[in-house]
Amino acid sequence: MSSFSVTDTSSRTKRIAGTLVIVYALITMLPLVWIGATGFKSPADAISYPPKVVFSPTLEGYVNLFTTRTRQTQEYLQNNPPTNWADEIVRQYDMVIVGPSKFGERFLNSVIIGFGSTFLSIFLGTLAAYAFSRFKIPLADDLLFFILSTRMMPPIAVAIPIFLMYRNLGLSDTHLGMILLYTAVNISLAVWLLKGFIDEIPREYEEAALIDGYTRFQAFYKVVLPQAATGIASTAIFCLIFAWNEYAFAVLLTSATAQTAPPFIPTIIGIGGLDWPAVAAGATLFLLPVMIFTIMLRKHLLRGITFGAVRK
Amino acid sequence: MAEVQLKNVSKSFADTSAITDMTFGIDDGEFVVLLGPTGAGKTTTLRLIAGLENCDAGSIEIDGTVVNHYTPAQRNVAMVFQQYSLYPHLSVRDNLAFPLRSPILKTPEDEITRKVNEVAEILHIPNKLDNKATELSGGEMQRVSIGRALVRDPAIFLMDEPLSSLDAKLRADLRVELKRLQAEMKKTLLYVTHDQIEAMTMASQIGVLDEGRLVQFGTPRDIYQNPNSTYVAARLGQPRINLLPSGLFGENGPQGASQIGLRPENIEVGKGRDAHILRVEHLGDQTRLHLKFVEHDLVTLIDAHSDYQEGETIQISAVDPLFFDAAGSRIS
Ligand SMILES: Nc1ncnc2c1ncn2[C@@H]1O[C@H](COP(=O)(O)OP(=O)(O)OP(=O)(O)O)[C@@H](O)[C@H]1O
Ligand SMILES: [Mg+2]
Repeated sequence: MSSFSVTDTSSRTKRIAGTLVIVYALITMLPLVWIGATGFKSPADAISYPPKVVFSPTLEGYVNLFTTRTRQTQEYLQNNPPTNWADEIVRQYDMVIVGPSKFGERFLNSVIIGFGSTFLSIFLGTLAAYAFSRFKIPLADDLLFFILSTRMMPPIAVAIPIFLMYRNLGLSDTHLGMILLYTAVNISLAVWLLKGFIDEIPREYEEAALIDGYTRFQAFYKVVLPQAATGIASTAIFCLIFAWNEYAFAVLLTSATAQTAPPFIPTIIGIGGLDWPAVAAGATLFLLPVMIFTIMLRKHLLRGITFGAVRK
Repeated sequence: MAEVQLKNVSKSFADTSAITDMTFGIDDGEFVVLLGPTGAGKTTTLRLIAGLENCDAGSIEIDGTVVNHYTPAQRNVAMVFQQYSLYPHLSVRDNLAFPLRSPILKTPEDEITRKVNEVAEILHIPNKLDNKATELSGGEMQRVSIGRALVRDPAIFLMDEPLSSLDAKLRADLRVELKRLQAEMKKTLLYVTHDQIEAMTMASQIGVLDEGRLVQFGTPRDIYQNPNSTYVAARLGQPRINLLPSGLFGENGPQGASQIGLRPENIEVGKGRDAHILRVEHLGDQTRLHLKFVEHDLVTLIDAHSDYQEGETIQISAVDPLFFDAAGSRIS
């Protein structure tokens, strides 16, 4: 059955490689599984030692995450029976739900700022990368180096100037301010990554399109963009991950209106003692968008760069 | 329907000069072939006409209008690239339809379907229409690439070695087919190749290029019979022309002649000077004799049925030799 081939790996190699990948995946996934599980534990189960692998799941963590609660007298609790299932859960601690927490709002802020800045970084980055890749730009190398140099220090090093600047410009604690800030940080990565991908796309395609009667912009749009999809998708994922996880600037520059989820989640700890299930629930939900985004773009990531239609 | 005129066109890249002072004209409906070895500037010439490169000097006219500053789209040319450059994200059908869907042509979809099917038929690829462009063999890609030009109705077709990766039979078929189409559509076509058979069989005019210069321009027959240099003489004819010092046959050439060129068919066997047979090649329809004459190697053609043997000595003489001076220029 098995014949020797240079390109096909032998089944033994495949088995070994497969095992390694699975072991690695399990190791990296363990903390995620832990967080996911903790979100469904009761506070007692969450901190029990040794950790409980089997436990009876409860939505307590999620209820606590999304609500604010207050302790009530026995008299009040007896006169006002629970109105829904969530209320019922908190009653066991002699509490009642008094309203929603800020989590939903903070999460939405994260989505707006994260995806907004990703979109803007990719949009500007693709145009700039195309220009650097295809046109003769005076001092192109110096410009590219300058763009990269903005990434050479940790962004937080410029926190104080940005803080002052934002206060004067009225950008503190605004969505726009955060989108611009994350875009400024991401754009260098986007330009450099995308330029690499666009450099790989042979010019012949655009030249063919120019001769076929298209303008340069149409050629860019119809021929270059579809082929840069892989690069755009992976760059977008990197940008989103940065913007989504960013903590330091978010703490510094946002508070009441534009606060994102990362600075918010730790504050849950303080609300009613060490509420680990609620924190874990928040962390689980926080992980989802990047995960979904990555899975959605997976096809592009795996497809690789197009080979073959240009004879080298 | 258009004529093209290049006047003193030059183009260099950094410090290599790709095209030097090139002047020639293509009349309406003509099939012109540019012939030259690799690096001669064939592709560069086509790119200049297409508007993908700007010339450093000189002018390019299409139909009497100087088009130096026109965009490729404004010049209305169709080009088959040497590297076929099919759009890899599109199917074969969409590749062929791409120029028809351009903002300039905006062809209705039913007409696109008709034209695409028609062209696919001509190029023997109707069963590949729904393949992705990357799922084709090299020869199929090349044919799709030709098809992408043929669906259009441009002022001029530019084709850069379009048959180079086809097998011999398909190449012969398409050679005839292209010639027929061009004659039928009465289209101006500029075709680039280093294959002399393509040049001889298809061209109404041939331009021979040498290191960016146009060294001779004329009908295939004229270029074959009256090459103006040893370089041009050696580009056409298979087996190649034999070049020898003059005087070996006792012929008296014109003043200054230092070499003679003898095409294989211009060596007569049977009388004259002694030559030694080194090798006999039977090709079926013809037989080639490789000869040692004085200290020079010669190749000649003889009747397919003759039975000369290696090692024999025969007599040869020169018929209508071409005379060249020491620098290789023709003198007569
Ligand atoms: N973009 C470029 N940059 C620099 N030099 C170039 C460029 N394009 C062509 N040249 C040079 O110009 C000369 C002519 O090139 P060209 O591609 O026109 O040759 P060609 O006749 O088409 O050869 P081939 O038969 O190999 O395709 C070569 O010396 C080549 O190195
Ligand atoms: Mg070429």
